[in-house]
Amino acid sequence: MTGSGSGGAAEALAARPAAPVAPAAGFGAFVARARAAGDLVVQPRMGMADPLRMRDGLLATRDADAVTVGTITLDSYTRTGDFAAARRALAEGVGLNGYPIAAHSADTTRAVLRGVADARFPVQVRHGSATPEHIVRALLALGLDATEGGPVSYCLPYSRTPLREAVVSWQRSCELLLSAAEFGAEPHLETFGGCLMGQLCPPSLLVALSVLEALFFRQHGLRSLSLSYAQQADPRQDEEALAVLGRLAGELLPDTDHHLVLYAYMGVFPRSPGGARLLLEDAARLAVRAGAARLIVKTTAEAHRIPTVGENVRALETAAAAAADERAARGLAAVPGAQVQDTGIEAEARALIGAVLELDADIGRALVRAFAAGYLDVPYCLHPDNAGRARTSLAPDGRLLWSSVGSMPIAGLADAGPRPPILGSAGLISALSQVQRTYDARAEARPAVAAGPDAPRVSVPPGTPVAPGTPVPPRTPVPPRTTPTPRRELGRTP
Amino acid sequence: MEQHAVEQHGKAEPSGLDVVVTTMASDSHTWNLVFLQLLLEELGHRVINLGACVPDELLVAECRRIEPDLIVLSSVNGHGFHDGLRVIAALRACPELGRTPTVIGGKLGIAGSGTPARQQELMTAGFDGVFEEGGSVLDFHSFIGTLSAGPGALPAAPGALPAGAGVSPAGSKALPAGSGVLL
Repeated sequence: MTGSGSGGAAEALAARPAAPVAPAAGFGAFVARARAAGDLVVQPRMGMADPLRMRDGLLATRDADAVTVGTITLDSYTRTGDFAAARRALAEGVGLNGYPIAAHSADTTRAVLRGVADARFPVQVRHGSATPEHIVRALLALGLDATEGGPVSYCLPYSRTPLREAVVSWQRSCELLLSAAEFGAEPHLETFGGCLMGQLCPPSLLVALSVLEALFFRQHGLRSLSLSYAQQADPRQDEEALAVLGRLAGELLPDTDHHLVLYAYMGVFPRSPGGARLLLEDAARLAVRAGAARLIVKTTAEAHRIPTVGENVRALETAAAAAADERAARGLAAVPGAQVQDTGIEAEARALIGAVLELDADIGRALVRAFAAGYLDVPYCLHPDNAGRARTSLAPDGRLLWSSVGSMPIAGLADAGPRPPILGSAGLISALSQVQRTYDARAEARPAVAAGPDAPRVSVPPGTPVAPGTPVPPRTPVPPRTTPTPRRELGRTP
Repeated sequence: MEQHAVEQHGKAEPSGLDVVVTTMASDSHTWNLVFLQLLLEELGHRVINLGACVPDELLVAECRRIEPDLIVLSSVNGHGFHDGLRVIAALRACPELGRTPTVIGGKLGIAGSGTPARQQELMTAGFDGVFEEGGSVLDFHSFIGTLSAGPGALPAAPGALPAGAGVSPAGSKALPAGSGVLL
C-alpha cells in the first residue's frame, strides 16, 4: 500500500506493519497470551459510581492471585442514555449500580485508569446498551477499546428499542470502535449472544446468536472478537455447547483473532456462600474442559446484592484455583470438548445460523428479518420484535429442553423425545431456582468444602466520595500484590 | 376503557382484574415480569405486560389508556426505590389514576433487603403495598385477594394500608428462594 488510505479498514489492518506495541497491547492479545501459557483469564463484572472506589476495584482485580482483566461496568442510567439521571444521582449521593462513564468527566476517569490500565492489565467496558454509540465514544475518549454486547443480545432481552434501530446503532458503534485501529490499537468486541435471558434459553440458540453477532461484528470490520456462552444447569450440555461454539467460530471466523468466554451462571444464584462457590468452581472447571479462554465470575453475594470489591477478588481467586486444579487433573494432552456426546446442539445451531444467513447478505438485515419471521425466537423474551412463541423447560437432571420451538427451523433436529409441557408460574419459579436449590443443597451436604477461606485476602479501604468532575489523583503507594505468582506473570508478560 | 372492560370481562373470572405489570425506565430485568404475568393470569386476571425499561411517560400513558384495576411495579436492579418514588408521583398526578391500587416490589435498593423506613416512604409517597424479597409473593397473593373481592374491599386511598403492609416478618413463610419477585 502506498499510504493513500484507500484500501478500507480490513486492508489497512492487514497491511499494518507488525508494530511492536499494538499487537501486544490489545484485550484479545492479552487473552491469547494467557491461553498460550495455560491460564484461564478471569474477570469480574464490577462497577462503582465513586471514582476512587472504581479505581480501588480495578487495582484489587489487577492484584488478585489470578490472571485477570479489569472491568468497568456501567450503571443502568448510562446504559439507557439517561445521563441527567446519572448526574443527578451523583450530585445527590444516591447509589448507582455501576460506573457512570458519561457523567464523570473524562479527566476523572483517566485518573481512575492512570497507572492501572495498560497492556498488562486491559480493561473492558461492560454496559448492556441497545444503542451504545454514546458509550463507545466515551470509552474511546479514554483510550479504552474493548467492550461487549450485540445488536440482538443487548436489544431483545434488555430494552424496548426496535431491533432495526439497535442494528443500525451497533453498526455505527462497530465503525466507531474500528476508528481506534487508526491509532494502532486492536479494538476488541465480545458477543453477549450466548447469554440471552441469563437462563432457560437452550444452548443451540445461545450458540447461534453468539456466532451471528460475531459475524455481524466481523462484517463491520472487527478482527479481534470473543464469543460468549453462559453456564446453564447441566455441565455436559454446556460442554457440548462450548465445543460446538468453538467449532463454528473456527469455521466461520477463520480470519479473526477470537476466543470463547464463559459466563458463570447468570440466573438465580445460590444463597449460601458455599453453594455460590461450588457453582463458580464448576464454571471454571467447565471453562477449562471446554476450551474457553476467559471466565466472567460471580460472587457469593450474587443472590443478595451487588458484591463488594473483596467479594469479587475472592471470586476471581476461587475461579483461578479451580481452573488450575482442573487443568492439572486433566493433563496437558486432553483435547477440549473431546468427550461430549452429540445431542443435537450442533445440528440446531447450524440450522438457525444457516436460516438467518440465507435471508440477506447483510447480517444486520438478516437478523431483523429472522426475528420478524420467527426463525429466531427467544423464549420468555417480552420484546415486541420477538415472536414470543418459543418456550423451554428444565429436566430434573438440568438439561434445557424446548417445550415449543415456535417457527424456528429446528423441529425434530434434536433427539429429545416428546416435548415437556409449557411451564406455569410455579413450574417457572421452580425451573428458575433449580440451580440455586441444587447448589445450596450440595453446599449443605459438604460443609468442609463449602467453608473455604474465611477471611478476605485483599483489604480495600472504602473510597472517599469526591465531587463529580474532580480528577482523582493516582494512589500511592499502589496496594501491594497479595501473592505475586509466576502464573500471574505469564499472563502479563507483553 | 368501558368497552375494553366489557370485552375482557367475558373471558375471565367475574372477579378478574385488569392488571398492568411493568418495570421502570432503568430496569431491563424481565423474569420477574414474566413470573408475575403467569401468576396473575392463573389467578384469573388479565395482564398487560409493558416489558423492560419502561419510560415514565409510556407507563403513565398506558395506565391512563387502560385504566387498570391494579398497577404492579417490579424492579430488581437496585434503582427501584428512587425510580418508584418518581413514578408513583406521576401516576398519582393523573386524576384517573389517583386512586388506582398500585404496588411495588422486588429488590429496590443496591444494598439488599429493604428497611421499614424505606417501605414507609414508598407507602407515604402513594403506594398501596410494598413487597420486597423473601416470602413477599404470599403477601402479594393476599393483597390481590382483597382486590378481587370487589371494589368495596379496595384500600380507600393511597397509603391507607397500615405501615409495613406487605412486608414479611423476617423468616416467615418460607417460599422457594427467589420468589420475592426474583433475581
